[in-house]
Amino acid sequence: MNRRTLLSTVAAATLVTATLGTPAAAQDDPVKVGFIYVGPIGDGGWTYEHNKARLAVEEHFGDKVETVYQESVPEGADAERAITQMALSGADLIFTTSFGYMDPTVNVAAKFPDVKFEHATGFKRADNVAVYSARFYEGRAIQGHIAGKMTETNKIGYIASFPIPEVIRGINSAYIHAKKANPDVEFSIIWAYTWFDPAKESDAARALIENGADVILQHTDSTAPQAAAQEAGDVITFGQASDMAEYAPMPRVSSIIDDWAPYYIQRVEAVIDGTWESTDTWDGIGPGMVGIGEISDAVPEDVKAEALALKDSIANGEYHPFTGPLNKQDGTVWLAEGETAPDGDLLGMDFYVEGLSGDIPN
Amino acid sequence: MIRLERRPQPSRLWTGLTPLLAVLLTMVVGGMMFALLGKPPLEAIRIIFWDPLFHPQFAAYSRPQLLVKASPLILIAIGLSLGFRAGIWNIGAEGQYIMGAICGAGMGLAFYPTTSPLIFPAMVLAGALGGWAWAMIPAVLKVRFGTNEILVSLMLVYVAEALLASVSQKLLRNPEGMGFPGSRNFQQYPAAANTEIIVGTGMHWGVVAAFVAVIFTHVLMTRHIQGFNIRLTGEAPRAARFSGVSPARIIILCLGFGGALAGAAGLFEVSGPAGQITIDFNSGYGFTAIIVAFLGRLHPVGILLAGLLMALTYIGGELAQLMLGLPGASIQLFQGMLLFFLLATDVFTNFRIRVGTTKVA
Repeated sequence: MNRRTLLSTVAAATLVTATLGTPAAAQDDPVKVGFIYVGPIGDGGWTYEHNKARLAVEEHFGDKVETVYQESVPEGADAERAITQMALSGADLIFTTSFGYMDPTVNVAAKFPDVKFEHATGFKRADNVAVYSARFYEGRAIQGHIAGKMTETNKIGYIASFPIPEVIRGINSAYIHAKKANPDVEFSIIWAYTWFDPAKESDAARALIENGADVILQHTDSTAPQAAAQEAGDVITFGQASDMAEYAPMPRVSSIIDDWAPYYIQRVEAVIDGTWESTDTWDGIGPGMVGIGEISDAVPEDVKAEALALKDSIANGEYHPFTGPLNKQDGTVWLAEGETAPDGDLLGMDFYVEGLSGDIPN
Repeated sequence: MIRLERRPQPSRLWTGLTPLLAVLLTMVVGGMMFALLGKPPLEAIRIIFWDPLFHPQFAAYSRPQLLVKASPLILIAIGLSLGFRAGIWNIGAEGQYIMGAICGAGMGLAFYPTTSPLIFPAMVLAGALGGWAWAMIPAVLKVRFGTNEILVSLMLVYVAEALLASVSQKLLRNPEGMGFPGSRNFQQYPAAANTEIIVGTGMHWGVVAAFVAVIFTHVLMTRHIQGFNIRLTGEAPRAARFSGVSPARIIILCLGFGGALAGAAGLFEVSGPAGQITIDFNSGYGFTAIIVAFLGRLHPVGILLAGLLMALTYIGGELAQLMLGLPGASIQLFQGMLLFFLLATDVFTNFRIRVGTTKVA
């Protein structure tokens, strides 16, 4: 009963602040922050990191915030209901953390003009809908470099999820830097059509390993490929979305870590201060949204040093992972010598760079 | 000594009683699970079963949502129940649901952006036909070659999923979607959208279709010769054959009806609540509907109630997650218990408990 009255007071408070037009900060009530997750919070990857950032928000603000979440929300009709119920429950700020929540988020946002929404990895904005994503391809460049140096069979396996620009960027970035480190590398790519399916991911990893790959890169969120590589022995992998340190030092030699905590804290702060605005954020290694997990001892010192130097040059803006000369797969020129890729090209990327074999499923 | 004795006739009392008993047992054992998770069990049960209907803050929104969530389940389960009555096991309604959505959405998108009152009816027709055609594959294979419809229909779900992934990235992809997979959103194409008929009630055309299907099937099964033939085929296949019922005809009829309803459900969903074709548009309705069909005792009115109950556990389960921080998996477990207890208590429909020694007849 207590909770019910609490909820309605929060809702009433929101209503009052809305009509008076004063920022929510003026209230003593905690700001309620909601999170919609696509996977279970224990997935060890994508959702795990979002949830970790939620906990960081709680820790940072203490009594000033209250957080709620709903996990494993299917993308589609169910998402719209989940987001609506969260808004009805009095949330002031809602993070919807998967691409497939884009249209539902925009729809619900239109019905709740006083609630702020933040949609991850999408491109549709509104006055109360901000979008945010991370430049994961920067991390892929470092993975590619280590992969190229470490492979002995010259075969690198890549478990891709869906053929969307985000994933294609990752493949291209990893390939470009693997090729630079080792001109003989070949990539084989398996499309798993899932973000999280341990059984499928494991099968894909095994198939790649059987075909001679001794490095497995993944753009799916479970640790199943790590387990498959560990079983096979001489295969290295990289943690995806989360550090996956339980598989270090072998097979996991490094990782890309999504660190949403600084962004979430900053956005919640903005709601508390009443300065929140709809923004479009795309941050990389520099601002700390993309982290590189510790490079393990399985990697030789010199390779590790090169990888860290690459990381630093990306972080301080000296180097862009997509710097010309680069051609598209069909041989046409994409970037001239010294030219760097404009964000527009990256956001809509639907082509492989020269050297990659196979077609993007389309 | 306790033993089970087969009843001469399935008990009518128990047929009606077991679903209620199953719900009750689910509440008790589910409550124990919630308590073990450190959450208040009574509050959790109240949120799941009561709040979606009567909570002052949520009910106005979630009551119509019950209809929205239940209608595809009811529509598919009604179609399946016909086959299940006849002993024909269509496990692949999920695939037929996907194909209905693809065909129906394809029909609508082909006319984009023209407007005509005929577009939506044409989409419904295309959706039902798509589901029907997909169900005809196991039907024809069974009639012609005696293949097992369980395996064929189930495997075709995976084929349908692959097709869904393909069309959302190629054939039906939104040309203005910046290369992202997924079709145009029907919510922005009113001529082809399955909108609420009365605003705020959740009543869309799929809900109407579900009610019509319930009534139609009830009449068919109680008043029409084909309904009698279907029941006869399931209960006494030999007798059915002797009385001139063609098994092939029943197979084609039942699978076709189930496929068409599942296809229509897919179309109503894609043009309404879901809005667009996406790679993971399907969310397991075709499989959940199997539970709904059995929970409703394969009876049209029972299925209607079972569909609503299932929707209640979904929506109430979401609220419980939101308000109590219950893990999502515990809600799925809760729903699984419902089927488990139903099957367990079902024993009493066909058997009775005897205490004491066996009498020699």
